[in-house]
Amino acid sequence: MAEIEKSEGIVDWLDQRLAIKKFNKVMMTEYWIPKDINFLWAMGVILASMFGVLLISGIFLLMYYKPDTAQAFDSVNYTIMQEVAYGWLFRHIHGVGASVIFLVIYIHMFTGIYYGSYKKGREMIWISGMLLFVLFSAEGFSGYMLPWGQMSYWAAYVITNIFGGIPIIGDELVVWIRGNFFVSDATLTRFFMLHVLLIPLMIMGAIGLHFYALRIPHVNTQTGDSIDFDAESERFLSGDKKNSKVIPFWPVFLAKDFFVLSTFLVFFFYLVFFHYNFAMDPVNFDPANDLKTPAHIYPEWYFLWSYEVLRGFFFDIFGISAFDLGLMAFAFANGVFFVLPWLDRSPTVAPANQRPYFKVWFWLLILVMIVLSVYGKLPPTGANAWVGFVSSVAFLVLFISLPLVTILERRSTK
Amino acid sequence: MQNKSRRAFMGKAFAGVAGIGAIASLVAMKKTWDPLPSALSAGFTTVDLNSAEAGKLNVVKWRGKPVFILKHTPELEKDEVRDVVIGSDRYTVLIGLCTHLGCIPTWNPGDSKFKCACHGGEFSASGVQQFGPPPRPLDIPPFKVNGTELVLGEEGEQYKKILAATLVS
Repeated sequence: MAEIEKSEGIVDWLDQRLAIKKFNKVMMTEYWIPKDINFLWAMGVILASMFGVLLISGIFLLMYYKPDTAQAFDSVNYTIMQEVAYGWLFRHIHGVGASVIFLVIYIHMFTGIYYGSYKKGREMIWISGMLLFVLFSAEGFSGYMLPWGQMSYWAAYVITNIFGGIPIIGDELVVWIRGNFFVSDATLTRFFMLHVLLIPLMIMGAIGLHFYALRIPHVNTQTGDSIDFDAESERFLSGDKKNSKVIPFWPVFLAKDFFVLSTFLVFFFYLVFFHYNFAMDPVNFDPANDLKTPAHIYPEWYFLWSYEVLRGFFFDIFGISAFDLGLMAFAFANGVFFVLPWLDRSPTVAPANQRPYFKVWFWLLILVMIVLSVYGKLPPTGANAWVGFVSSVAFLVLFISLPLVTILERRSTK
Repeated sequence: MQNKSRRAFMGKAFAGVAGIGAIASLVAMKKTWDPLPSALSAGFTTVDLNSAEAGKLNVVKWRGKPVFILKHTPELEKDEVRDVVIGSDRYTVLIGLCTHLGCIPTWNPGDSKFKCACHGGEFSASGVQQFGPPPRPLDIPPFKVNGTELVLGEEGEQYKKILAATLVS
């Protein structure tokens, strides 16, 4: 047992028992961050904070929400929105927050792609981040079902039906997921459980893994240069803070992060108070009706690109049905980001603007994803269907060609 | 040495117990998510066809799904395999869920087609896919003809005949 002495105060008392000073050093004051970064490196802290905002607003909604098909719609649109003091505020924070967190996730993700922060030892950061993306997608989808409006119901219907495309077990799997032959009370209640308990727990675990994955390879810099963290941190601790290439996580790095965070939160609460409607689809203010599909079904903006890939294939090719082609493309689109570190065959870690071929690839990818997102919201008829098809194919071709593009780049820049 | 083999034995014993426990738990968890008996048995719907009007789509609910019942007008194209014949009348009986992703198509009397708004699929009056992503015709629910009544959920002679014919084709 450790040698316990009479303590000199509360901090010392705790330190003798929990080693809080050592803990603080390891986690905060001697956790080193490179200096050569910009505001895009603050997205992680914004995301962690937004998760907190969603958790807290969710707890308040949870106290009045009823996961029952007969009561869900009214518990949201009447009880929470009209009776509960500030219920409208918590709902709008939660709804707008869910939308905005995806905006920041995409910025965070494409920052990583742009600066090549997914390779040369940083693969686990990337994979744990993609895991978080998938978990947040599941969280967003399960939460969207809860108000039990028309869009909730039909989104649930369409998305659970996707599992029917899995060979052999498909049809039974769909019934199993729904707990009935159709989207019903059992479905609502189990997705409620997933939304408020199981997926948030998994997200917290994945956030822990994501943070831990940063410890060994460290965060990337604007130039991609590797830094001798031991030497630079020694220089910082010896007093030469100016010439050291690193800063401590706390208080130096977080001070700037909090500034970016407050700028973001001003924007966020501006949306919550004055422009919340973009996150509140009008169709979802009609109660769920299992005998009437809304004229036009579309997901929230952050799923539009993969939704468009799903429905982009509207005719059979080589005897493979349009339905299966769409499903395969959809599965590919959602899985391919995970293996990005291995598709990029160039060892260069540098911002995309310094990589002649990758630069073109990166901006094409952004363009294709924007086109997919725009057309994902439009009705899939006439010319729209063809734009959807061409851009879906372009998306697949981009990822399939990435190894070739990066190998050519590696050879040309030798 | 003896200690080591004892530890190995304990390890194997634990692995065995934990493995059986894990499998049993997974079975229980899987079954918890299965449809409840009440959901499984909820259902035979009887429809009286006497009041059906030719050319006008009737939608009834069966096991939470919309079922389309369309009494044919003489102009409608006949489908010898899929049409339900009751007396001198022909009917289309379909589960009204698009076979692509489960939206409910709407009946368009103008060109006698079912059209799905979600992804643009189109079906003939007999439910055969004609355009868009639907991989197969609209499903026909199990039914039994009882005089002028249609019992959904029971497998009658005509249903079995249709099922056999569509499986072959």
